[in-house]
Amino acid sequence: MTALLEVDRLSKAFGGVRAVQDVSFAVNPGELLALIGPNGAGKTTCFNMLMGQIRPDHGAILLKGRDIAGLPPHRIWRLGVGRTFQITATFSSMTVRENVQMALISHRNAGRRLWRPAAGTETAQADALLDRVGMAEQGDRACSVLAYGDLKRVELAIALANDPDLLLMDEPTAGMAPRERIELMRLADEIVAERKIGVLFTEHDMDVVFAHAHRIMVLNRGELIAEGTPEAVRANEQVREIYLGSSVEAGQA
Amino acid sequence: MTTPVLEARDLHTYYGGAHILADLSFVLNDGEVVVLLGRNGAGKTTTMKSVMGLVRMRAGTVHLEGADITGREPHVIARAGMGYVPEDRRIFGDLTVMENLEVGRQPERADAPAWTPERLFGMFPNLAEMRTRQAGRMSGGEQQMLTVARTLMGNPKVLLLDEPSEGLAPVIVDQMVATIQALKAEGLSILLSEQNLHFATAVSDRAYIVEKGRIRYEGTMDALAADAEVRNTYLTV
Amino acid sequence: MGEFIVTLLTGLSSAAALFLVASGLSIIFGVTRIVNFAHGSFYMLGAYIGVTAVTAVGGGAVGFWVAILLAAVAVGLIGVAMEILLLRRIYRAPELFQLIATFGVILVIQDVTLWIWGSEDLVGPRAPGFTGAVTILGQRLPEYDLVLIAVSPLVLAGLWLLFNRTRWGTLVRAATLDRQMVSALGVNQRWLFTGVLFLGSALAGLGGAIQLPKGGADLLMDFNIIAAAFVVVVVGGMGSIGGAFLAAILIGLLQTFGIQIFPNSTLILMFLVMAVVLIFRPWGLLGKPEIPGHGVVEAPEAPLRPAGRGLRLAGALVLAVLLLLPVAHLAVPAAVDDFLLVLVIDIMIFVLFAAALHFIMGPGGMVSFGHAAFFGGGAYAAALLVKFAEAPMEIAFWAAPAGAALLAILFGWFCVRLTGVYFAMLTLAFAQIAWSIVFQWGEVTGGDDGILGTWPSDWASSRIAYYYMTVGFVVAGLLALRRMLFAPFGYTLRAGRDSPLRAAAIGIDIKRHQWIAFTISGAFAGLAGALFVYSKGSVFPTEMEIARSFDALLMVLLGGVHSLTGPIVGATALTWLNDLFSELSYWRFLLGATIIALVLLLPDGLAGLGDTWLARRLGLAAPASGSGANGQETPA
Repeated sequence: MTALLEVDRLSKAFGGVRAVQDVSFAVNPGELLALIGPNGAGKTTCFNMLMGQIRPDHGAILLKGRDIAGLPPHRIWRLGVGRTFQITATFSSMTVRENVQMALISHRNAGRRLWRPAAGTETAQADALLDRVGMAEQGDRACSVLAYGDLKRVELAIALANDPDLLLMDEPTAGMAPRERIELMRLADEIVAERKIGVLFTEHDMDVVFAHAHRIMVLNRGELIAEGTPEAVRANEQVREIYLGSSVEAGQA
Repeated sequence: MTTPVLEARDLHTYYGGAHILADLSFVLNDGEVVVLLGRNGAGKTTTMKSVMGLVRMRAGTVHLEGADITGREPHVIARAGMGYVPEDRRIFGDLTVMENLEVGRQPERADAPAWTPERLFGMFPNLAEMRTRQAGRMSGGEQQMLTVARTLMGNPKVLLLDEPSEGLAPVIVDQMVATIQALKAEGLSILLSEQNLHFATAVSDRAYIVEKGRIRYEGTMDALAADAEVRNTYLTV
Repeated sequence: MGEFIVTLLTGLSSAAALFLVASGLSIIFGVTRIVNFAHGSFYMLGAYIGVTAVTAVGGGAVGFWVAILLAAVAVGLIGVAMEILLLRRIYRAPELFQLIATFGVILVIQDVTLWIWGSEDLVGPRAPGFTGAVTILGQRLPEYDLVLIAVSPLVLAGLWLLFNRTRWGTLVRAATLDRQMVSALGVNQRWLFTGVLFLGSALAGLGGAIQLPKGGADLLMDFNIIAAAFVVVVVGGMGSIGGAFLAAILIGLLQTFGIQIFPNSTLILMFLVMAVVLIFRPWGLLGKPEIPGHGVVEAPEAPLRPAGRGLRLAGALVLAVLLLLPVAHLAVPAAVDDFLLVLVIDIMIFVLFAAALHFIMGPGGMVSFGHAAFFGGGAYAAALLVKFAEAPMEIAFWAAPAGAALLAILFGWFCVRLTGVYFAMLTLAFAQIAWSIVFQWGEVTGGDDGILGTWPSDWASSRIAYYYMTVGFVVAGLLALRRMLFAPFGYTLRAGRDSPLRAAAIGIDIKRHQWIAFTISGAFAGLAGALFVYSKGSVFPTEMEIARSFDALLMVLLGGVHSLTGPIVGATALTWLNDLFSELSYWRFLLGATIIALVLLLPDGLAGLGDTWLARRLGLAAPASGSGANGQETPA
């Protein structure tokens, strides 16, 4: 099986400080890969390089065999990479449906049309996506008044608008109540299975990580220190010491 | 009965047209650690900001040690003995660690523990090694320690800790638990907001559950631990 | 060689005033997040007060320097007065609204200065002890230039010590990063703001006073320095004092060397240097990307809804009145006179101009301080075709939007690389360059004398015919702009404003989209310029001035930037006010005072007032408490 995403010796330094150093990994279709590690370990930098917000110093990022390192975010999205943010990023002056319509309009490269009103375009597809994430009834509400957990679902619908092969989720359950966390991750599991999307996500909630990730990578001070199945990572002494601490027991409880 | 150190009564706060806090009341007694539990958007942060004067309330009163501080400006409230640690840390990234502490410095007060940078470095040894480091170049965990230390420089009597465990690695969360316990031992009264029940249980005496800007439940941590129904409704699976 | 050294030193000395003004601007912006438009006025006041103070104090060399410092302190206190009486009352209003207030202050200061010191330029006093010249390799250099050369580094060192070695300085730097957090830590922001206003204003005043022996004082100093100061701030990097120092020297040298090489194109040179710097360092030499302030949280904008019945009805009513006005003019010429028709034509032209600016400012989130470049650019494009090709109106008229669009393509390419206040300052700098080309290139543009004889074709030459033509173009223009906002284009534009992060993550090339929007906006501003040039029969460089740009900005902000009807209301109100006051002496003072009063009374803008008032009357106000809830009420 060829990997969907292959990252090879990715590195980035800020003013002499090595944020990410020689990180290599691969994501396969239909796989949920978790990236964990202490704060400042380089997770966000890694993510931002994959999505084009930051240009890597060196290293390759191969998406379906094509090097996307250094491309701007909007180009990377067009190659089939969706993204959700740690702090939800939606369009606050639009309704829920319009947010998804916007992504669909962009997907069809119709964003520069000047004449026909946007209101009537892509409504059916937008409603289908909203239905998929359980937000169909709330399509007409403004994004600014949604509950946080619902916003996260809208983000997921937006991220799915271009039929991505790869989904990057930065702390998908941060700021959510436990029940909402479980529901959102269950939804992500289903969608991944349905569409054979590869998912790379970061997360601080170890319950979520150990329950949903197929594989886990641990980053510390910019370097990959462990990689493997949840069981293997949980058993890793170094990971316990640097990162997991006493919460491993809590997570198992 | 003695006057509570902090008492908020019937707070109402709006954000644009949205009613964020509705009739929210709580008390914090001297030396207590009390947690506001609830999910994102429940109104915990808005409660903290309303108490601190950072958000304008439409109705309600806040008393600090019996004195009415309703509607006062943040710096007046801070000087009256209230310390505020925001959820997103908001350290001054271009300033050094020492300069961050300097911004927080306020005169000593008789009724609260007095802090100096040296005392704080004893509590947060990591910070001691990076006094002249630009705060923006520190890790998230170090920044979290700095934001607490910076607030302590104001020698507060009451500490508002907004989501102190959010986004922190589990080992740092353990340190945070130890820090809060130490501050309680110093005699500080602490109001924290949390989503993480493990964390809240480890440090708090009592809990309020906030949902949609209202208090839905009030009780000791033991009572909450015993009340499976409440936990099921608001907090757990 | 001697000539080179003397030119170099002259350049360095001319950088002093520029550095003082720009660093003050930068410091005030850093903490208050207010772009103090009135900063140029403070510079001018420094010069005038300096002249008076030197005379009053007398007493030779010591007296001179005491007087200069007194002038700086006096201007600092004026800045403090502005802060306490005006800005302090509106800190909770949206940030842009404070711009309007400082613009009102400019107008007030202009007339107060005129009233106190008269319209004659004042010759600056000479500095006792530095009245001679030194000879360097056979070239003479005024001694006072050496004094000016020493001032900048001294002030720079003083500021560095103040900001890095004092508690006050540390607090100011912290407040520049997050002023709300500083206040939550027990620091009284008010004193910090007042102190910063004092420092920044005093620096501007010092700049004005210290250049007196070289430049004197005149009433055009305010706008002349502010454009250059904005260029220095943009090139140096917003908020960086060291950057302002470097940039002031760079621009100072450029001006003195430039004058020798290209006597008529010094401003163009400035533009080229700025362009080069911004291509390689978008945030200036020593600047950093703008930090989204932790200041006032603005309530999110409501989703765009198609016009409701009320709005359609109101629009139809206004259109009917507009169409019937000439009929009324013919029927009752006494009541509806020629002047009224002219006024309504003017109003409509500025409505279109303001709507064009609103197109990028509201939905696009791009605040342009220099939109007169496109209004005047359109007017000049048409007028030049008439002048050199004797083009008829039917052709020249279309050259206006096309010319303006070309200009917008050129300027926009640079501007959209930046955001927020950097973007705004760059647009102002570009507009000023466009103005200077028109002003300096007399052979082609007629310079100050303008271009005359741009009259409509015969069929449109009667007042009423031109009136209907204007109604037609303006209404069509407004509807076209509105249509685009409801089309995918407008949605994409708003997406880029609401969340650049998310927009990029759904494949939107924001910069390119903004560039297109900027061009469209420029074209419509150019169309307004064409209507203007044919209604007046002439065009002068004033149509490209900063003041004209600020007019448009004021119209949009006064009308309310979040409302599509805002620019219409704002342009109508302001054009009418202008007309009302224009006959009076000291009309600037009246207009400025009115603007300040409006800002204090209506922090949401005129249309904002209408929205809430109307909404409440019609029972349309958002059901406040219900918006966050969706059932699930559980008793505790």
